[in-house]
Amino acid sequence: MIKTRNLNIEYHSRSKNGVLALKNISLDIPKNKITVIMGPSGCGKTTFLKSLNRLHSINNGVKVTGRVLIGDEDIYHPRHLLPELRRKVGLISQKPVPLPASIFENVAYGLRIHNHISRKEIQKTVQESLQRTHLWEEVKSRLDEPAADLSLGQLQRLSIARAIAVNPRVLLCDEITSALDPISSEKVEHLLLSIKEDYTIVLVSHILRQVKRLADYVIFMFFGEVVEHGEARQMFDSPQNQVTREYIKGAIG
Amino acid sequence: MKYLEEKVMQFLMIGSTLVIVGSLFFIFIVTLYRGGGTIIRQPGIILAAPGPRYLLGGGGGFGHAILGSLAMAIPATLLSSLLAILIAVYLQPDYSPPRVSGMIRSFLDILWGTPSIVYGIFVLTVLVFFHQRGSVMAGIIALTFLELPIITRYIDESLTAAPRDLKEIAYSMGLTRLEVFRILLKYSASGLVAGILIGLGRALGDAASVIFTTGTASTIPKGLFSSATALPVIIFQQANSFYPSVRDHAYAAGVFLITLILALNLFSRFLQQKISRYRIQESK
Repeated sequence: MIKTRNLNIEYHSRSKNGVLALKNISLDIPKNKITVIMGPSGCGKTTFLKSLNRLHSINNGVKVTGRVLIGDEDIYHPRHLLPELRRKVGLISQKPVPLPASIFENVAYGLRIHNHISRKEIQKTVQESLQRTHLWEEVKSRLDEPAADLSLGQLQRLSIARAIAVNPRVLLCDEITSALDPISSEKVEHLLLSIKEDYTIVLVSHILRQVKRLADYVIFMFFGEVVEHGEARQMFDSPQNQVTREYIKGAIG
Repeated sequence: MKYLEEKVMQFLMIGSTLVIVGSLFFIFIVTLYRGGGTIIRQPGIILAAPGPRYLLGGGGGFGHAILGSLAMAIPATLLSSLLAILIAVYLQPDYSPPRVSGMIRSFLDILWGTPSIVYGIFVLTVLVFFHQRGSVMAGIIALTFLELPIITRYIDESLTAAPRDLKEIAYSMGLTRLEVFRILLKYSASGLVAGILIGLGRALGDAASVIFTTGTASTIPKGLFSSATALPVIIFQQANSFYPSVRDHAYAAGVFLITLILALNLFSRFLQQKISRYRIQESK
């Protein structure tokens, strides 16, 4: 589904020139499965994730080389339109961020911009998205209230509802449970498992137990490099690389 | 020793606060006492135009100055707010390289600090060049110059202070720059409102830029190109009067100005409270 070929990312700043954050990444991410990128903090997990919907383009001084293919399309091809790419590849951030608007409007906004559909259909899609994220029952009586009034756990599920409303193919999740309490995290994990048949989910996590619970496919990163990647079972039962073995054992990271 | 330092500094802090708050309170009370009575005894002076011998103790009021002030300050604020939003958005890194925006920001800061009489002289020079006389229109232009840097920097700062995460998530939803900034402006709306109302307050209170460009007319302004005057200008004239009754009118005009600014402030608080409901609380 997603293929990267010789992907390199370099950060340039005035003080330092050219820090290579990602080194030569070539791998395939399977369709409609949960792929977890694991590894210690600062190893380039989030950098990799953001390269999959070209979010680096909003910062000056980030240089991306190599190719990223989603389906058959090279997303770094200059002809590729960013809004359409980002509709197809949604992002859910570490800390949930509501748009400064009502609960309803948070989910409806993307729909208005991307999918030119009638009011009735917008209402229907918003309801469906909130139902899929198990939020509908909690918010249906107060859709017009500010989204900022929701709890963090609810907000994170709202972020997922907002992302899936526009009918994406890929969901990028950046440590989406790290700001949440254990009960809310569990709800979000359940939610991911319940929708994974329909979306290619790429999740960044540095919690080993969470990786074991969720992952179908695992990518292990260490200092900007992909050390090893493969089916979750095989990665945990018989890792090939010495560093992976030590990470899974808990000796490093 | 360290403890003594703490005590002395605390004393100085509380002392300075008391001196400043006390003096402001004193000014407020004197103005209210001298002007408030006048307004209560003759409320008509707020609306009335001055009579022929007004500044010499004759009948009439300063309604023409209130009208003049509003007729200049409100359009000037609308005009500069519109321009300020455009400039402030352009100053963000999404639109302009940091070197350009840095230069424009320092330029705006210098304009902010420029005494308003400079704008007055400048607009006057232009008027003279085109053989025009002072008018409401010229006053609007001078006040727009005065307000623009203030409002722009307020909006600029509040846009810069908007959370990075919000910007990132907005872009990641596939929004264009313009759509992203519509959301950011909504998020920063309380800064926007504060900037606009502070600009309006400055325009209402400024005499120097108006005196050159609009004049000191003693009649109700009839249109954009008629001459007029503003509240601070008439206060200056009234306070210079030899007649105590006219000097009392200066305080009455002062009370009116203070009340107007107070009302603006309360209005801005009210708006900010309404808007900030959509912001996520910091504690979360």
